[in-house]
Amino acid sequence: MSDVPAELKYLSSHEWVLVEGNTATIGVTDHAQELLGDLVYVELPEQGSAVAAGDSVGVIESVKAASDTFAPVSGEVIEVNEELEGSPERINHDPYGDGWMYKVAMEDLEEIEDLLDAGAYSETIADEE
Amino acid sequence: MGNKTPLYQSHLDAGARIVDFAGWDMPINYGSQIAEHEAVRTDAGMFDVSHMTVVDVSGGDAKAYLQHLLANDVARLQMPGKALYSCMLNQTGGVIDDLIAYFLHDNFYRVVINSATREKDLAWLDQQAGAYADLGIRFRGDVAMLAVQGPSARERAIDLFADYQQKSMQQLIRFQGAEFDDCFVARTGYTGEDGFEIMTLAEQMPDLWQRLLQAGVKPCGLGARDTLRLEAGMNLYGADMDETTSPLVSGLGWTVAMSDERDFIGKQALLDQQSAGIKQSFVGLVLLDKGVLRNHLRVVTPQGDGEITSGSYSPTLQKSIAMARIPAGASGEVEVEVRNKLLKAKIVKLPFVREGKSMLNNGGNNK
Repeated sequence: MSDVPAELKYLSSHEWVLVEGNTATIGVTDHAQELLGDLVYVELPEQGSAVAAGDSVGVIESVKAASDTFAPVSGEVIEVNEELEGSPERINHDPYGDGWMYKVAMEDLEEIEDLLDAGAYSETIADEE
Repeated sequence: MGNKTPLYQSHLDAGARIVDFAGWDMPINYGSQIAEHEAVRTDAGMFDVSHMTVVDVSGGDAKAYLQHLLANDVARLQMPGKALYSCMLNQTGGVIDDLIAYFLHDNFYRVVINSATREKDLAWLDQQAGAYADLGIRFRGDVAMLAVQGPSARERAIDLFADYQQKSMQQLIRFQGAEFDDCFVARTGYTGEDGFEIMTLAEQMPDLWQRLLQAGVKPCGLGARDTLRLEAGMNLYGADMDETTSPLVSGLGWTVAMSDERDFIGKQALLDQQSAGIKQSFVGLVLLDKGVLRNHLRVVTPQGDGEITSGSYSPTLQKSIAMARIPAGASGEVEVEVRNKLLKAKIVKLPFVREGKSMLNNGGNNK
């Protein structure tokens, strides 16, 4: 069974969000990294760019497949995890820690209401496990 | 629920992630595909390849039959146990399958064909058998197959066999196999490393797997098998060639024995292609920009467009690599369209890796 931390919010496309104040830290879930296998390349939105909830904003690629990654919330990208460029395997080893992808200054905190909680996300992946 | 090999439970016990592969429940990896790949390049790994199709061809007409059936010439096999890689072609020179034929002894050959192509291959073998009176074709569903590959693979495997068997295993030269008791061991593989492919009766395979595991041989899945063969510049049927492509545009011209009088299925089509001029070449690509090359991506060259037939990430080179079919005459740098962007790639000679070492520095291929 994959790890689904209770304090995070989720998209059914396997992104997680940690909201602190109006800053959202975004990554992909343990389940996603298990499905993809060893990651070898990550393409993230640029710092300073604007993203909108639901947009495809990057790509994560494992040895076997490429997968789009979607923005869970709207706002400006204020920080990008530069370490992933050289070490994408951080997502495999620590998807909720060192493997975080980028941070967004949220424009609309109400968007959080549209995200899945840990229980709902666990249900969406239960069929796949 | 797919077909299961005799090692299915062994895979689950080893923590395999199982996927469907051509109707078979097979391990894609046991945790980390890259770690498995590295084990084979630096030490020893093992792959369950029991889903592949083993066929014994016997009788006084076996040689003549295979000489007609295969684009390579089994008459090249003189020493008992020697193996030959060949394509089996249709009348238009397309590849029905690629295979290994072992010459076990007079009037007896063992042929190993792919898994996904089993039904059509067996039908084709039967269909072509009509003219030969003294011919037996026997599908060996009772035989399982395990590949043990890597620089330490032979040593680890040999240790597990009885003394009299060890001697015969030690003496095998490359691309040669030997039979003893219920076992057939060949010094062949699909990784670019030394090692063995071991065929034995299905019920004996879980015990062999267990003993190899205890000897420190790492279980490896189909994921690592694919990146290993890609680095080794070895074609994958269905990706790099199929019934619509000739071996002459698939990097397999070296496997076609054209020059003698022998007639084989597809020969006339290949002769016609040669006299019309071969318009495509089959090359290796190394991605110079960031990203990962994938199957079917468009390759842009000054001579026209080509296509990637197999692309992935090379754990050994830590770059993305691919095999591609491109217009003849293209050389140097080309571009590959990845998600609407054109990325730079360099044409290189195959293979990318041999016996654990990068070949990119050979022949001035380094960027």
